[in-house]
Amino acid sequence: MTGPLLSIKNLTVTFPTPKGPVDVVRGISFSLGRERLGIVGESGSGKSMTGRSILKLIRPPGRVTADEMVFDGIDLMAESERRMRALRGARISMVMQDPKFSLNPVMTVGEQIGEALQTHRPMPRRQLRARVLEMLHAVRINEPDRVADLYPHEVSGGMGQRVMIAMMLIPEPDLLIADEPTSALDVSVQAQVLDIIDELVTGKGMGLILISHDLNMVARYCDRILVMNGGEIVEECAARDLDKARHPYTRGLLAAMPRMDEDREELPVLDRTAWAAT
Amino acid sequence: MNAIELTHLDIAYGPTRVVHDVSLAIAEGESFALVGESGSGKSTILKAIAGLAPDWTGEISVLGSPRAHRPDRGFAKSCQMVFQDPYGSLHPRKTVDDCLAEPLAVHGLKGRDGRVKAVLAAVGLDQRFRFRYPHQLSGGQRQRVAIARALMLEPRILLLDEPTSALDVSVQAEILNLLKKLRREQGLTYLLVTHNLPVVSFLCDRLAVMRHGRIVEVAHVEALKRGALAEPYSRELYAASGGTLQPA
Repeated sequence: MTGPLLSIKNLTVTFPTPKGPVDVVRGISFSLGRERLGIVGESGSGKSMTGRSILKLIRPPGRVTADEMVFDGIDLMAESERRMRALRGARISMVMQDPKFSLNPVMTVGEQIGEALQTHRPMPRRQLRARVLEMLHAVRINEPDRVADLYPHEVSGGMGQRVMIAMMLIPEPDLLIADEPTSALDVSVQAQVLDIIDELVTGKGMGLILISHDLNMVARYCDRILVMNGGEIVEECAARDLDKARHPYTRGLLAAMPRMDEDREELPVLDRTAWAAT
Repeated sequence: MNAIELTHLDIAYGPTRVVHDVSLAIAEGESFALVGESGSGKSTILKAIAGLAPDWTGEISVLGSPRAHRPDRGFAKSCQMVFQDPYGSLHPRKTVDDCLAEPLAVHGLKGRDGRVKAVLAAVGLDQRFRFRYPHQLSGGQRQRVAIARALMLEPRILLLDEPTSALDVSVQAEILNLLKKLRREQGLTYLLVTHNLPVVSFLCDRLAVMRHGRIVEVAHVEALKRGALAEPYSRELYAASGGTLQPA
């Protein structure tokens, strides 16, 4: 492999507001190989916007600028919308937060997964169906035959998210961006879904960007972590060194989480004034 | 007297029975958690107690008086519910003040101004939020409003349905601190539904692990803290969330 899979330099995302333009992502730079990168931060930290801007999913009036945004030798900033469409799904795909809102309610699960593949690689219907069932099986859905004919409202949240993952992985992309893939799910299913993502990603040697607000989860499933706050990367560290994190924001987040053997009478609350840049 | 007593409770949605033969007794002043995965029926139990899932058999008794299947005003005064999603549970076209005053209007209570002010102070919201709309508030502030609304009638029991799962970690910490403080100050009884075991460890005295509509195990929170839950399924659940607690 030559060079990183994805390299981003000085990425800025700006939205106009009545009070003038607001930078929701402020000049961040990072690169990613075929590894698992976690981006952590709270609501409004710009982590999702970072993920979306890689796919150029930010629509006007939002503006994305970057000195460099190169994916596997392709300059994403220069790509036309048409070329981006060919890229999305096939090379880079994204698992969104909530299966309830990101699946098409009037298409069966099987049709949707099939469509994801058919768009990029037309194939006979019978073969397509076989691939869909195989993929549903890979995301550990029992009775794929039955589930493929269900509509999104007929499946549970965890199953919906697995359907999303199946849909995103069936074209075998090189990079998967998972934006809070499990925050709509409960713990036991969360671990399952992440294990599936992990297994498929490592098995296929893909790159993964896992965007989440859950530090521990990211630490568990990623190799490297970026902590974002207010549109900037405040800390970058290897996942195993998370407990040695230095930045007060990261430390604050770690401390604010209740532990399994909680004996603190009160949880420490982030003092947002302590590190606010402005 | 027990705050909440459930005896052989079965709950159905149409032809599907989702909760099977649940019996529980929650003492007054206790903080009790129902944990389990989605579809285990934990929220359904809360809904049945609150009167939102009327198709149940068995017995529900709250503060010693049996609960009817119909909406019940007296019941509403003693027991209130806080919902999971602060974005969905507040009326988008009513101000915080309207939302908080509605229970008073329903129950024909006076002293609106004073009560609204007091309850806002109790949940740690500044008075300037009183005449704002939900969309002008952050998620944590909305959840505070939802808790304030539940406290309006000065209930003795709060039913909490995943009160913090839609919130950021640091905001979750604030809301958990608030819930703990309110319970201490007002001697409230909590019945909390969650799938987040560390939250249980922080906020509760006992917990019941549910699966497929049945209670698998009732344990003291000490057992949870030590990781000494008895049933295999509870241990599985513990491992699934315990693992996420230890940075790899």
